[in-house]
Amino acid sequence: MSLLQVKDLNIEFHDHIIPETVVYDFDLEIDQGEIVGLVGESGSGKSMSAMAIAGLLSRHDMTKRGSIIFDGTDMLNCSRDKLRSIQGDTLSVVFQEPMTSLDPLKKIGYQVGESMMLHRPDISPEDRKKRVIEVMSHVDLDEPEKLYDMYPHELSGGMRQRVMIAAAMAITPKLLIADEPTTALDVTIQAEVIELLKHINRKHNTSILFISHDLSLVRSLCDRVLVMQQGRIVESGSTKQVFEHPAMEYTKKLISSIPKVEIDDTDC
Amino acid sequence: MIAILKKIASAIITIVVVSCLVFIAFSVIPGDPAVAKLGTQATPEKLEALRIKMGLNEPLLKRFVLWLSGIVRGDFSTSYSYSMSVNSLIAEKIPVTLILALYSLIIMIVISIPVAVFAARHKGDVIERTVTIINQVIMSIPPFFGGILISLVFGMTLKLFTPGAYVSYSKNLGAFLAYMFFPALALALPKAAMAVSLLYTSIVDELKKDYVRTAYSRGNSTKGVFYNHILKNACIPVITFLGMAIADMIAGSIVIEQVFSIPGLGRILLTSIQNRDYPVVEAIIVIIAALVILSNLLVDIMYRVIDPRVGRSNE
Repeated sequence: MSLLQVKDLNIEFHDHIIPETVVYDFDLEIDQGEIVGLVGESGSGKSMSAMAIAGLLSRHDMTKRGSIIFDGTDMLNCSRDKLRSIQGDTLSVVFQEPMTSLDPLKKIGYQVGESMMLHRPDISPEDRKKRVIEVMSHVDLDEPEKLYDMYPHELSGGMRQRVMIAAAMAITPKLLIADEPTTALDVTIQAEVIELLKHINRKHNTSILFISHDLSLVRSLCDRVLVMQQGRIVESGSTKQVFEHPAMEYTKKLISSIPKVEIDDTDC
Repeated sequence: MIAILKKIASAIITIVVVSCLVFIAFSVIPGDPAVAKLGTQATPEKLEALRIKMGLNEPLLKRFVLWLSGIVRGDFSTSYSYSMSVNSLIAEKIPVTLILALYSLIIMIVISIPVAVFAARHKGDVIERTVTIINQVIMSIPPFFGGILISLVFGMTLKLFTPGAYVSYSKNLGAFLAYMFFPALALALPKAAMAVSLLYTSIVDELKKDYVRTAYSRGNSTKGVFYNHILKNACIPVITFLGMAIADMIAGSIVIEQVFSIPGLGRILLTSIQNRDYPVVEAIIVIIAALVILSNLLVDIMYRVIDPRVGRSNE
């Protein structure tokens, strides 16, 4: 059985006078060790679906129908305590905005070690610090001992996103949801983050749900791709198949919008 | 560190300016301490003799320099009406007022944080609206009236304390603190209500921020997210209010001391103003000003301790 199984997910908002459905009949399966890309323009419902899978949508103001089974747990109907025991442990999230996604008043070390503190209370503070520094050096953060006692505002955007990834990887989740993790970063750092995600996937066999509107990144990272438009999945398949033989007009448009660089001997 | 030293220096300058203003004000306003002491029936010769004794015939500048140098040495000169040193007159009253202000500050903090968090967690439902309404009512009750109500309810009806039965802290500290709880509560309630509404707004603002979602994504409970992440961030805008609240509480304690018959600085200040006992009045005003300036200084330091982004980049 696959690690994540989403069937007929519908998300409907009730905070306006007229209820509004933002995600229709969303189906997704991810196996252990697989990297799946979720692409689409902004407002297509990709982040909303991902937040539903991560259990981060409020239980007020909206209804969710369908089922999300992660690692044997029904994420939509389980108790809050059960949900919390999964969040940050077997399922982690890296968010889009590294500038605002870290608590400005907490030290980097605390934030990277927070999920470890919550889910592995038996690890002593000294051991935790050791492991946090180890994880930080694994995501290529220089001088992790020094960073440990620094605050988010003292770091650059790329470093903060590495910190976010380190925090998400602190206790090696089975599934990492990366919600546009590179959008706020410049191009060279984007490439480094993609390499880092590939490395994490290979080393720990962590599955990754990679959400992006940048198709060139998806192409270089993902095994499979789902294309979303206005709340519906319009196309899905292996990366190769979708990029080389797109079935839908929308997918073709998305692919043709990738800026092409003319290089004589293409090796990709 | 340099920034803090600068703050301390400016605090000292402020105290000197305040004492200068206080001295000039009492030299300019009409009223004669000698007449106040001897009465209007006294002969001009007797009045003149008393003025010489009090040092009132000296030039203004000389009197000011003498007075200021006395303060620097910690000597607030002699009271006109009690014929004893101001120091010994107010020394035992200062702790009373200070404890009252501190006590109400603690009560304010202890009440406002959980209430604000509670209201924010129930945003949009009946509980939040009820808290808001009660808050508005409490906010608009002035401390002296709140004090009368508290005396009536807790003192006369519930018999939790005897209004007017003040016990000195030097005699029985426990009984003193038990009695002082009620005036401190009267002083704290309107301020606590203000703190609740400020903190509530601040928490609701923080709730929308991205780091809150991150905290949830790591498996924090709602309580953990509120107390471990949001509260500290939400407190930053409220700290400024805390500085003003401390100043208000010190000033407000003068009135509340009358309601609860507490022999603190307030009581002696009022009688001294009636008696034109300028050295006592001046001393108390300078002390209250110094306390307010000191509390603002502490608030400033607190800011720096809580928020790592304040004042680090330019050092």
